[in-house]
Amino acid sequence: MADTNIKANNLNEHGYGYAGKPMTKGRYLRIQMKRNWAGYVMVLPFVLIFFAFTVVPVILSIALSFTSFNMLEWPEWKGVQNYVQLFLADDLFITAFSNTMLFAITTGPISFILSFVVAWFTNELSPRIRAIVTVIFYAPSISGTAYLVWGIFFQGNIYGYVNGWLLKMGIINTPIVFFKDTKYIVPLCIIVALWTSLGTSFLSNIAGLQGVDRSLYEAGAIDGIKNRWQEAWYITLPSMRSILLFGAVLSITGAFGFGAIVNALCGNPSTDYVAWTLQHHLTEYMSTRFEYGYASAIAVVLFAIMMIANLLVQKFLAKVGQ
Amino acid sequence: MAKRLRVRNHKVVLNRSKGGDAGITIFLVLMGLAMFLPMWYLLITAFKPLGERNMTPPLLYVIKPTWQNFLDLFTNMNSTWVPISRYLANTIFISVAATFGCLVLGSLTAYALSKIKFPGRNFIFALIRYSLMISTTVAGITNFFIYVWLHWLDTYWISIVPVWASTLGLYLMKQFIDANVSDEMIEAARIDGASELRIYWQIVMPLVKPAWLTLLVTTFQSVWNAGASGYVWSENLKTFNTAIANISTVSAGASSAGSVVMMSVPIIIFIINQAKIVETMGSSGMKD
Repeated sequence: MADTNIKANNLNEHGYGYAGKPMTKGRYLRIQMKRNWAGYVMVLPFVLIFFAFTVVPVILSIALSFTSFNMLEWPEWKGVQNYVQLFLADDLFITAFSNTMLFAITTGPISFILSFVVAWFTNELSPRIRAIVTVIFYAPSISGTAYLVWGIFFQGNIYGYVNGWLLKMGIINTPIVFFKDTKYIVPLCIIVALWTSLGTSFLSNIAGLQGVDRSLYEAGAIDGIKNRWQEAWYITLPSMRSILLFGAVLSITGAFGFGAIVNALCGNPSTDYVAWTLQHHLTEYMSTRFEYGYASAIAVVLFAIMMIANLLVQKFLAKVGQ
Repeated sequence: MAKRLRVRNHKVVLNRSKGGDAGITIFLVLMGLAMFLPMWYLLITAFKPLGERNMTPPLLYVIKPTWQNFLDLFTNMNSTWVPISRYLANTIFISVAATFGCLVLGSLTAYALSKIKFPGRNFIFALIRYSLMISTTVAGITNFFIYVWLHWLDTYWISIVPVWASTLGLYLMKQFIDANVSDEMIEAARIDGASELRIYWQIVMPLVKPAWLTLLVTTFQSVWNAGASGYVWSENLKTFNTAIANISTVSAGASSAGSVVMMSVPIIIFIINQAKIVETMGSSGMKD
């Protein structure tokens, strides 16, 4: 690339232009910036909004997390005290942290694997059936409030579908109040989250599978690949590595962003805080207690575990098919 | 000596065991039912009269389908102080305004990041990639201060402007332009004296229609389905989504009807554009 640019700027191979000035890095950069000024103009509106609502807020949150701030007075520097309090003195935070991890560790990998496995299995169907199956699996993720149907499904009275059946079969005598019972809340929320989780990453897997070169499979068959499982491990997965990474990123973001489903189905807070997540804890400190410094520390913890999860997954996916 | 390969229509037949085929079919059917049944249940609940909704155990089909729930939703709920049509209008307005802005800014930016070699573009794109890795909650606190500073609390702006810079659609489009529009073609257009804006509009955009549609559909879906912003208190600015969540505690029938209205829009849009969206996703891969 550098070569073509040197030519484009009428420079010889010694880096001298026709003006005879030596080509320093700074001058080269300035020339490039001037030549491509249109690029800056075109990205400017997007970048302004993106920085204002995403980049700057994340940086500011990190800064605020070391302070105590209530919006009325100037933030007061407190060092790592917020974090110390979070991990050593805030029991509810520990609940939130472990629940978030539990939700993320179950829904994240399961939804990631499901979106690959389902896409992989449907890939061998005929195009028309594949299109229908895709809609069936993808629809719940784009259906907004449709997950409320699980509330009707598992209604806590005799009119609920599940309770109706269990009563009729004689398994229970009184209806179970599913979304208020600490035994059922977490597993049910995980199921509902999984139900809505075959989204964009599922679609990109479907597209990625169709993009794998068929001649690779034929070459594999000649080289002695015995069955579809070997085929998937040695051919499909390695050639889809970048798509899998994209899917993993979205799965992680989805898995840690758990919270709206719990609110809608179990109420806020859920019984005995069994489904209390970092999202809830953050909202609590921000919207009810107005302790923005402390809330920022929670946000930073969330940010950190998402980044760490992404790093680990990238490391892991680099090993696929080897 | 390798074993003989089976060939049909001059193509190598891949090794597929009968047992594996059966297992996969069973898996797909069971999973498909698990995904589909709740949707089906929701759909029929919306068409069930009160008597059938309260049957134990409830039936998985409707004996006497009725529009009553939809009428309830749009007439009875209208007697509350904010009519349901207002919530629906809010959702439509917000979705269209947010999607339109995102389409304009996102496609411009995707083109510039992909084809104009200005210093700093890699840095911006890296930030965009990283932003996909975090959920928006992380930025939520400071966003609040910014909204206060802009006097945006309790307005439509909160639900619209931040979406203009949403990164998923932009990311998909940039990757698609990278994969499908060659640098040489753009260079040729530049030598012919076309301005960047003209190259963007007359050459690149027509070539990346699938990506364009994908950006449109994914953005529209996410805005359409987004719950109300926590910073909007006026009832007459809230979205359809919020209204349904509130109704669900009052009437299961009307709430199901609302959910059906709500979900049918993105699903129908997706079905119409499915082929184009899947085509775009083909280049969604993230290089490490």
